[in-house]
Amino acid sequence: MMTSSSLVYLIALPLSGSAILLLSGRRSDKWGHLLATALSASSFFVGLYQLSLMLGRSNSQRPISQKLFEWISVGTFNIDAGLMLDQLSICFVLLITGVGTLIHIYSISYMAHDPDRRRFFAFLNLFIAAMLLLVLGDSYLNLYVGWEGVGLASYLLIGFWNQKPAYATASKKAFVMNRIGDMGLSFAIMIAFATMGTVSFSGIKEAADHTSTGALTAVGIMLLVAAAGKSAQFPLQAWLGDAMAGPTPVSALIHAATMVTAGVYLITRSNFIFDAAPTAQLLVVIVGAITLMFGALIGTAKDDIKKALAASTMSQIGYMILAAGLGPVGYAFAIMHLLTHGFFKAGMFLGAGSVMHGMNDEVNMRKYGALRKFMPITFATFGLGYLAILGVPPFAGFYSKDMIIETAFNSGGVKGIILGCVTLLGAGITAFYMTRVMILTFTGTSRWDEEAHPHESPWLMWLPMAILAIGSVTSGYLLSHGDALVNWLSPLFESHGEHSELLSPMVVSGLALLMVAIGVAFAFIKYSLNEVDAVAPADVSIFTTIARQDLMQDRFNEAVFMRPGQALTSVLVKTDEAVIDGAVRGVGRAALGSGASLRGIQNGFVRSYAALILIGALALVAAIWVVTQ
Amino acid sequence: MNAANYLYLSAMLFTIGAVGVVVRRNAIVVFMCVELMLNAANLSFVTFSRINGDLNGQVIAFFTMVVAACEVVVGLAIIVTIYRSRRSASVDDASLLKR
Repeated sequence: MMTSSSLVYLIALPLSGSAILLLSGRRSDKWGHLLATALSASSFFVGLYQLSLMLGRSNSQRPISQKLFEWISVGTFNIDAGLMLDQLSICFVLLITGVGTLIHIYSISYMAHDPDRRRFFAFLNLFIAAMLLLVLGDSYLNLYVGWEGVGLASYLLIGFWNQKPAYATASKKAFVMNRIGDMGLSFAIMIAFATMGTVSFSGIKEAADHTSTGALTAVGIMLLVAAAGKSAQFPLQAWLGDAMAGPTPVSALIHAATMVTAGVYLITRSNFIFDAAPTAQLLVVIVGAITLMFGALIGTAKDDIKKALAASTMSQIGYMILAAGLGPVGYAFAIMHLLTHGFFKAGMFLGAGSVMHGMNDEVNMRKYGALRKFMPITFATFGLGYLAILGVPPFAGFYSKDMIIETAFNSGGVKGIILGCVTLLGAGITAFYMTRVMILTFTGTSRWDEEAHPHESPWLMWLPMAILAIGSVTSGYLLSHGDALVNWLSPLFESHGEHSELLSPMVVSGLALLMVAIGVAFAFIKYSLNEVDAVAPADVSIFTTIARQDLMQDRFNEAVFMRPGQALTSVLVKTDEAVIDGAVRGVGRAALGSGASLRGIQNGFVRSYAALILIGALALVAAIWVVTQ
Repeated sequence: MNAANYLYLSAMLFTIGAVGVVVRRNAIVVFMCVELMLNAANLSFVTFSRINGDLNGQVIAFFTMVVAACEVVVGLAIIVTIYRSRRSASVDDASLLKR
C-alpha cells in the first residue's frame, strides 16, 4: 500500500479549529464561525485533492496509508495510530466535509442570534474531525477513537441548549443508548483480538480465512450491536427522535447525513467478517428490515416536522443496513443510498430549519400550512429532496432505493420475497408520510399562530439548501451511471457470482413507483382533500396512538431495562450501605465501644493503678507457672 | 541455716510492701512500702547469690541500692512539693490526671 503524509491534514484542520475556538474563548466570537467554516472547507479541498490523486492511480494502487505514531507497543502486540484512505473512505470523507461545510455555512446565519455561536462551531469542527478519524482509522481501535469522538460531539450538540432540562435529558439519553452500542464495539475488538491476535482491518481480513465461524459470528453480532447503537437501529433506536432537541443544522449533519450512517460504514468496512458469518449477516438484514418498517410507521404519526424527518432517517438507514446485510451484492448499494440520502435528507432538514426560522421556531406541522407562497426557495429545495426520497425518476432516491429493493428481491428464496415486500411496503409508507409533511407544511390553508410572520431565509441559508437540492437531483444518476460507484468500490469486496434474477429491474421500478403512487394518493386524500386540524385530534385509532408514542419504544425500554435497572441499583446501594459500609463502620464502632468501656480504668487514683500493676504481675507469674509446669 | 528461709522472708516483706502500696493513702507510707519491696527483692538477689555461689546477685543488689537512693531523692522532692501546694500528702487527692 502506498503511503502519504497528507492524510493527517484532513483531521488536523478541523481539530485545530475546534481547539482554537474553545481555547480562545469570547475573543474569537467575532471571527470564530468564519475560521471554522474555512477549516472545514479546506479539509474538503484536501479530500478533493486526494480524490484526484486516487483517480490517477490504477485500481490496486488506490488505497493509501499514513502511520502517525506508535500507539501501543507491548511485547508482540503493536498498534500504530495509522490512517488509511481507500475507495470507501474517500466517499465518506467527501460526504462529511462537503455536507459539513455546507452546514457550517448555513449555521452562520441560522445561529447568528445565538450568544454561543462560537461554541457551536467549535463542536461542529470537533465532530468533523472525529468523524473523519472514524472513517480514516486503519484499525478497529483507531476507528473506536473516532466512534467515541462523534458520540461526544453528538452529545454536546444535542444538549447545546442545555438550559432547557428536556434537551439536556435528550442528550443524556442519546449518550447512554450509544454507550450500549459502544460496548458492543469494544467487545467486538476484544473478541477479534483474542481469536485473531490483531485489530487492524488488513490483519483481520487475512486472519478471517482461518478463524472459526463461531468467533466471526460473535464479532459480527457485536459489530451489529455497535452499528445499531450509532445508527439508531432496532433495538437501540429510541434516542434518535429525542436527539432532534439539538439545533437543526446538527440534526441535518449528525443525525441525518453522517454520524448515524457510521453503522453502515462499520458493517461495510467489516465485510470480510460478515461474509464469513452468515448468521450475523442474516441478523443484520433482520435488524435493517425491522427498523425500516419501524421508522416508517413512526413517521406517519409525527406532527413535529423534525421528528417526522428523524423517523424517516431511521427508516432510510434501515434500508442501508438491510442492503449491507445482503452481502457483496448489497454493499455498494448501501453506500450509494447513504450518499444520496446524505444529500436529500440533509437538504430537507435544512429546509425544516428554514421553515422553523421563519415561523418563530414552531415545529408542529399542524401550525404550518400554505407556506409555499412565503418561502418559495425553501419549498423548491425541500420539494426536490421530497421527490428524491420518494424515488421518483430521475431523482437520486430512484437509483439508490430501487437498487436496494431489486437486490432484496433477488437475494433468493423466501428471504428474498419477504425482504422485497418489506422494502416495497416501506417505499409506499415513505411516500405517504413524506407527502403528509409536504402537504401539511407547504400547501392547504394557513394554520399559523397570530404572531407568526413567515418569510424566506437569507441567502446564506438557502444557498446550502440549493446545493444539496442539486445533489438530490443529480447524485443518483451520477453514481449509478455505468455502475460508477459499484465499479469504484468493487476492489474492496469479495467478488460475487451471478445471482438469480427473480424480477427484472423494470418490474421492480414499476412496483416501487406503484407503491409510491398509492402512498402519495392516500396522503393526498387524507390531508389535502380533507381539512387539517391545527390541534392533533385526540379520538384516533389505537394504531395512531401507538405510532404517536414511537411504537411504545420508550415504554418498553423503561419497563424492561430502566425500572429493573433502577431496582437493581437501589438493592445494590442498600447492600453497599448495610454490608460494606456496615463492616467498615462496625470496626470503628467496636474500637470506640471498647475504648469507652476501658476508659473507666483510667480513674486517676495512683493506688488503683498500683493494684492493676500488681494483678497484672501476679497474672503473669501465674501464667508462666502454668506454662512451665 | 536453710537459705530458703531468706526467700520466705523476702516474699513476706514484698507482700507487706505491695499491700501497703495498694491500701495506704499517705504518700510517705506508700513510698516506704515501695522501698520495702525493693529491699525484699534485694534480699532475694543476695540469697540466690549465696545459693549459686557467684557474685552476680550481690552486684545487682548494689545497683538496686543506687537506683533506690535516686528514687528517694526524686520521690521525696515530689512529695514535699505536692504537700506544700495542697497541704496534703494523700495520693488519692492527686488524681487530676484522669481529666
